[in-house]
Amino acid sequence: MPFIANTDEQRKRMLADIGLTREQLFSDIPKELLCGRLNMPDGLPEQEVRGILAELAGKNSIDLTLFLGGGFYDHFIPAAVYSIVSRSEFYTAYTPYQPEVSQGTLQAIYEYQSMICRLTDMEAANASLYDGGTAMYEAMMMALRVTGRNKVIIDTSVNPIYRVMIESYTKNLKIELVQTHCATGLVDREQILSKLDDKTAAVILQNPNFFGCIDDFGDIAEKAHSKGVLLAVSCYPISLGILKTPGAMGADIVTGEGQSLGMPLSFGGPYLGFMATRMKYVRKMPGRIVGQTLDRQGRRCFVMTLQAREQHIRRDKATSNICSNEALCALTALVYLSLLGKQGLRETAQLCADKASYAYKRLTAIPGVKPHFRAKWFFNEFVLDLPCEAADVIAKLIEKGFAAGFPLSRYYPDMKNCILVCVTEKRTKQQIGMFAEALESVL
Amino acid sequence: MKLIFDKSVPARCGVRPTRSDVASTINIRREFLRDTPAEISELSELDVIRHFTQLSRRNFGVDTNFYPLGSCTMKYNPKVAERIASYPGFAHLHPLLPQLRGGGMLTQGALAVIYEMDMLLREITGMAGFTMQPMAGAHGELAGIMIMAAYHRDKGNKKTTVLVPDSAHGTNPASAAIAGYKVVSVPSNNKGVMDVKALKSALNDEVAGLMLTCPNTLGLFNPHIKEICDLVHSVDGLTYYDGANLNAIVGKARPGDFGFDIVHINLHKTFATPHGGGGPGAGPVGVTEKLLCYLPVSIVVKRDDGTYALEYDRPKSIGYIAPFYGNFAVILRAYVYILMLGREGLIRVAENAVLNANYIRVKLKDYFEQAVNAICKHECVLSPSKKMLEAGVHAIDVAKALIDKGFHPPTVYFPTTVKEAMMIEPTETESKETLDAFIEAMIDIAALAESEPEKIKAAPVTTPVCRPDETAAAKNLDLACL
Repeated sequence: MPFIANTDEQRKRMLADIGLTREQLFSDIPKELLCGRLNMPDGLPEQEVRGILAELAGKNSIDLTLFLGGGFYDHFIPAAVYSIVSRSEFYTAYTPYQPEVSQGTLQAIYEYQSMICRLTDMEAANASLYDGGTAMYEAMMMALRVTGRNKVIIDTSVNPIYRVMIESYTKNLKIELVQTHCATGLVDREQILSKLDDKTAAVILQNPNFFGCIDDFGDIAEKAHSKGVLLAVSCYPISLGILKTPGAMGADIVTGEGQSLGMPLSFGGPYLGFMATRMKYVRKMPGRIVGQTLDRQGRRCFVMTLQAREQHIRRDKATSNICSNEALCALTALVYLSLLGKQGLRETAQLCADKASYAYKRLTAIPGVKPHFRAKWFFNEFVLDLPCEAADVIAKLIEKGFAAGFPLSRYYPDMKNCILVCVTEKRTKQQIGMFAEALESVL
Repeated sequence: MKLIFDKSVPARCGVRPTRSDVASTINIRREFLRDTPAEISELSELDVIRHFTQLSRRNFGVDTNFYPLGSCTMKYNPKVAERIASYPGFAHLHPLLPQLRGGGMLTQGALAVIYEMDMLLREITGMAGFTMQPMAGAHGELAGIMIMAAYHRDKGNKKTTVLVPDSAHGTNPASAAIAGYKVVSVPSNNKGVMDVKALKSALNDEVAGLMLTCPNTLGLFNPHIKEICDLVHSVDGLTYYDGANLNAIVGKARPGDFGFDIVHINLHKTFATPHGGGGPGAGPVGVTEKLLCYLPVSIVVKRDDGTYALEYDRPKSIGYIAPFYGNFAVILRAYVYILMLGREGLIRVAENAVLNANYIRVKLKDYFEQAVNAICKHECVLSPSKKMLEAGVHAIDVAKALIDKGFHPPTVYFPTTVKEAMMIEPTETESKETLDAFIEAMIDIAALAESEPEKIKAAPVTTPVCRPDETAAAKNLDLACL
């Protein structure tokens, strides 16, 4: 049998040794509950399984040139990332309950927490959440705990995939979710301020927002704080190579999707939800946290700390139910950032912005193609108005080998002709040129 | 070991980003830019590789050491699954593609994996349908309780409470509470399983459901499981099966046949995907026929022409709980594992897991206290003997002494219903030789605890660091190097 070491002979000896029979081992299960023969195929050897899966992998189109983002990005991943992350000392370990034999994982998490803080200008980060959407939901729940209030303001420029997740999660809870509408590409200050009151726990915003537009929420943070309201900002970590940080804007909780930091797209996961906050709120933060301390001999070491917040200690009073998180993805992000370094991250962000800017110029020069928003500052995504339905254009461009972008009407019914186009450092000038020609040819 | 930040040298370069082929025109207003670059460490590629290779050597993993961490099912993770997850056809696939018009046909291979996995899990658990979205066991629990809530809302039931046994994983009460329910704990009887009488007295019309692992965290199968499910159903409550311990019965018995309405499976446990130092996992949730309509959006369906598609039109659904289709690369690994094992292989998993656990239990029962003297399933719970405790040697000391003998410790101080608990789960992938060596080490420790307890209290001495000051860590919080 695959992956089982003991031979029939050994099993017999073991049973004899402990004075039990094979039947006795399952004698505690009432007979009528045993299931009999399952209706499924017999096991296959590795060679055949690899053949089957290679065939399935071949049925997925990965030769399209991607201008598709929407919060999930096709960035370059250095080979060394995979070399480290595929070390089985990391990937076959589990939660570092025993610090003496888990210093590798623990120090890596501490360094990851530090990296996230340095990137976002915050003071404390947790050891990861499932993805950007659940991280935003957890930020919202954390704000409710910090403030003891139950109203949350969330803008429509926040990734709609996250917003629908939050709607599901809060269906059975007494939370008032208030939506503000983004019409210009930037959040409408007046709308948000008019909804701020002493029942409000948090304002949730995103930068760059789902439309790719860049903002500075410093003014909103100030007004929010004056009413005891927290500002939670979701951000795109690569953009922080050049963009003003949520910390510098005065955010209280920062979350985001970490997939862009070295994780392949993998059809939706595993990804990485990151979360950072101010020290004063750290005891209300969900998730694992690693801290530095000394061992009995005074040597520096790392341990899981503030565990009294967590489900395995606090049960129904815990800050969150999370147990398994995305530790290996957090390691991936740490290794990716370490390899790029200070300069490499800045250059990567700059490349994204430059290439997006070039693509924007090329595409808006096409007759009938116009920028949708007045706001003109974007990072690596932008919204274009097409002369016809975006979904149709996208379907036609798939035929020509391009994933042209995301049709916004999927979440914004009044944006039927709008397409969200994304450009990463992986796209070349030539690809952008060919894309522009293809787009022009199908309009 | 130094932190990566302490190794940084200004202006040192690691991986070079690609050269730019367009003009660099900062098309962004000055005040939207950061003033100074993020203080990311500056290292060469070799510096980075060496740093993390050294860190990796300060870890125990399944590939380096026996790792009998109870309730976590630390079995061998087949390498072929890693290889397949890295196939470009899977790794480079954008999750938004099938949401484009005509895009579904571009991802038929990936959709097939999700669909086929659904079918296999249905057969293995006896449920009517699955969602693959939950990204961990606890996430599956939350999804399951949300489904429970949707069912009661739909029926107009006024339900406020979820029951959990006192021996439950902490995630059970936490998930129920986060979904908006009051949690009531049901005590175990002297045989270590949920007390049917206690359950009866806890049951009333406000009970939305019961969450249960079976076998439970003591490794015991509750023979009254069907009666328990029937009792909960009698107040229109739903039964939730926490699949954390499915490895004990996989291929032999199915939660669906016991009477469970909602089931989650930890793919990283039973189906051998790597635990990653704390994740990622995957926690698909299966339900009975009457609950299918509440499963999250979207679901993969097979059309009459044999192609696969995503179904979004699900008006009674609890909605989205993941951005896409779950932790796809984890689901893929588990799928590979099930294909390799097949029907017969799965039965062997349970049989060998249970044999290995009982082998350890019986061989050690004269040296340690058994939580319950009965046949266990995938794991057994032991405690230090009276003599050991009198000598001042506790479960944590046994755990640390095991480290010096080259073993990852069992789960300690859980379940909390057993004093000084050590929860040992060997899994089916370990050989008799490994188990014998572990048993010998445990017997040595038991003897040493009486003769030279101070040696055990000093353990571990073979590791790069010894016991840390956890109180200081919580008091003088140092959570980041800034």
